[in-house]
Amino acid sequence: MSETGKQRVLILGGRSDIGLAIARRFAADGHPITLAARNAQTLEDDKADIALRNAVEVSVEELDVLDTEAMAAFVAKGAAPPGIVVSVIGVMGDQHENQRVAEQAALVMRTNYEAPALALGLYAELMEAAGEGVLVGVSSVAGDRGRGSNYVYGSAKAGFTAYLSGLRNRLSGKGVHVVTVKPGFVATRMTDGMDLPQRLVAQPEEVAEAIWHAVEKRRDVVYVKPVWRWIMGIIGMLPERVFKKTSL
Amino acid sequence: MTPSVALSGWGRFPTCWTRLAAPRGPTDVKAELSPGGVIARGGGRAYGDSAIGSSRTLDMGRMNRMLAFDYETGTLVAEAGVRLSEIIDVFLPRGFFPFVTPGTKFVSLGGAIAADVHGKNHHKDGSFGAFVEWIDVMGADGEVTRAGPRDNGALFEWTLGGMGLTGIILRAAIRLRPVETAWIKQQTLVAPDLDAALDAFERADEATYSVAWIDCLASGKELGRSLILLGEHASAEDLPPEQRAHPFRTAPRRKRTVPFDAPRFTLNRHTVRAFNAAYWRNGSKREGEALVDWDSYFYPLDAILGWNRIYGRRGFVQFQCVLPLDRARDGLERLLLETSQAGQGSFLAVLKRLGPERGGLSFPMSGYTLALDFPVNRRALALIERLESIAIEHGGRFYLAKDALLGARSLHEADPRAGLFRQMRSERGMNGVFGSRQSDRLLL
Ligand SMILES: Cc1cc2nc3c(=O)[nH]c(=O)nc-3n(C[C@H](O)[C@H](O)[C@H](O)COP(=O)(O)OP(=O)(O)OC[C@H]3O[C@@H](n4cnc5c(N)ncnc54)[C@H](O)[C@@H]3O)c2cc1C
Ligand SMILES: NC(=O)c1ccc[n+]([C@@H]2O[C@H](COP(=O)([O-])OP(=O)(O)OC[C@H]3O[C@@H](n4cnc5c(N)ncnc54)[C@H](OP(=O)(O)O)[C@@H]3O)[C@@H](O)[C@H]2O)c1
Repeated sequence: MSETGKQRVLILGGRSDIGLAIARRFAADGHPITLAARNAQTLEDDKADIALRNAVEVSVEELDVLDTEAMAAFVAKGAAPPGIVVSVIGVMGDQHENQRVAEQAALVMRTNYEAPALALGLYAELMEAAGEGVLVGVSSVAGDRGRGSNYVYGSAKAGFTAYLSGLRNRLSGKGVHVVTVKPGFVATRMTDGMDLPQRLVAQPEEVAEAIWHAVEKRRDVVYVKPVWRWIMGIIGMLPERVFKKTSL
Repeated sequence: MTPSVALSGWGRFPTCWTRLAAPRGPTDVKAELSPGGVIARGGGRAYGDSAIGSSRTLDMGRMNRMLAFDYETGTLVAEAGVRLSEIIDVFLPRGFFPFVTPGTKFVSLGGAIAADVHGKNHHKDGSFGAFVEWIDVMGADGEVTRAGPRDNGALFEWTLGGMGLTGIILRAAIRLRPVETAWIKQQTLVAPDLDAALDAFERADEATYSVAWIDCLASGKELGRSLILLGEHASAEDLPPEQRAHPFRTAPRRKRTVPFDAPRFTLNRHTVRAFNAAYWRNGSKREGEALVDWDSYFYPLDAILGWNRIYGRRGFVQFQCVLPLDRARDGLERLLLETSQAGQGSFLAVLKRLGPERGGLSFPMSGYTLALDFPVNRRALALIERLESIAIEHGGRFYLAKDALLGARSLHEADPRAGLFRQMRSERGMNGVFGSRQSDRLLL
């Protein structure tokens, strides 16, 4: 807690455009912030900016979530867990490369599923013991149904979504809330240069606003742009016989 | 691959194709530098084509971090994409306000430096550059140079008013003004004609802020009738007792948005004349003192988001020149006569006394500046050409941040510094890499 009485927000994957937007949104509301990322020293300017604008305390920590041992040590250190932990960790990779190069696919699977699930899982233990806390996992609509064009990424997100659902179920009534976020397309470094239908693309700030709102209102599963709920609903309902012939 | 987009400035004229990239930091900027004409773009509030690259445009909006602030000296270090609106949001509640601000708060730090913008206090405090301690500029070779009044002074001066043509400003340190409140003590003076307006300005040279709205369609004895608005930062004692505990609190202004392009008939000589006459009548009733919040005082137009659409789909242009003091009266009379005769008016005509000039290509010089808006049509363009000649005859020069139309000949005739600037750019190898539609047109 800070002088403003707001809980600390830890962002795993703090350099991503979405992660920084989330940091700014919570800082504007008076929350102290910790950004955890690889090459954390490159985040000094962002740290200064967020602290100066919002008069909150901001810290930056080195973390590679794929290093499971280091990650577990990172979670364990410190007296109490942060009040809110958000994972925006992910990597898209290239589907064709993921098909051919097992190591590359493994990196995508581990980064989108294994590592964030393990990290939030460890924080869940601490929060359960403390009797309070909020966990936010940024997953993806790509996990709602595996598609030929990016099922390596999609299946890993599906695993993460299922994990978050289970965690939420288990911790319900224990004071710990779990939010699953499915942003749809977002204009970030990940999608730079891709040709996307602009009406379906959210800005990182919109994702951050949706997440802030979901945390305040204790929402379970959020789609940032509501149309995605419809799109994925329809895609989900297509019979496999039909679906397998589409190119989505 | 950087996508191609059609871009225009605030006047929505002209529109040109350019590749548009949005760098996240110096490395991204460096990667975009290539022969063919690259230019930085900030808030896109310059009217014409100055922020449209000949081949590439760098939207600096993502480089908008504030890096350090010194409460003792009021010095802020920030990236060039930060907008003045953000600086005010953060620092006005802490007792600081920009020393110099143009009539919109949506300009970026980089844009304010590149145009060396002036505010209502130019006669007293000088232009934006007077409060810049240093800038970091990336040159054609990708090297970053820190330049200020003492170190690399020539690069510093050429960059102030250099319209992005000396390189990409990455960050800057600027000094903010300590203020006690978010309020301005405004005094309205009514000037029935041009001489009265100029007299009022000369008498008000001690006022921190002064600006006049001028009825550019009034004629005969009323030619040049104006409302002159003077302003001072209010101190805590100037506020009503109930507001003193919260001197930085003002009611949020209601925002309106112009949702679509106005059809062409909404703007004709009759509506504009009626608007100007009504504005003058209302304003003259408000002669005297008033306490006005900072947003309404400095940025009346910002409350109407997208007001540039009232001029319709074809866009609009602004004519702004400054005339040297000794020839200003005659020149202004000629400009106003020409405008009122043409009946091509302008909702917004602004007259302002400017103080001494600084080096480089910076626009202001001691004298009077007049700014007029016109919708883009044949008659207005013909009028603007006549206004240009009048300005040149009277020793005037033109404001590049507003310009969309000027010919290279007129510019170089009016402002011999343009030739030196061009020569400097070529000697330093800047012209091969940095270029805008404006610099192509004006041979800068
Ligand atoms: C309603 C309104 C009122 C105005 N009132 C005034 C006024 O009172 N006084 C006044 O002086 N001006 C005034 N202006 C003009 C405005 O202040 C200038 O055009 C200013 O340059 C706009 O800043 P910007 O960030 O929007 O820049 P842009 O319009 O994006 O660019 C303007 C120029 O700055 C350059 N530039 C921008 N960022 C950088 C960078 N990082 N590095 C290098 N070059 C850069 C561009 O290349 C371009 O040449 C007004 C404009 C409007 C729309
Ligand atoms: N953009 C979209 O359209 C979109 C749509 C749906 C979901 N998402 C999801 O949103 C999240 C944020 O993505 P983004 O668009 O902002 O893209 P991004 O910038 O690529 O963000 C991914 C972040 O994960 C971090 N990361 C990857 N591996 C890591 C590791 N081993 N240890 C620590 N950090 C690691 C990256 O760190 P580095 O900076 O060090 O590389 C990066 O900051 C991701 O989970 C993504 O899958 C994005």
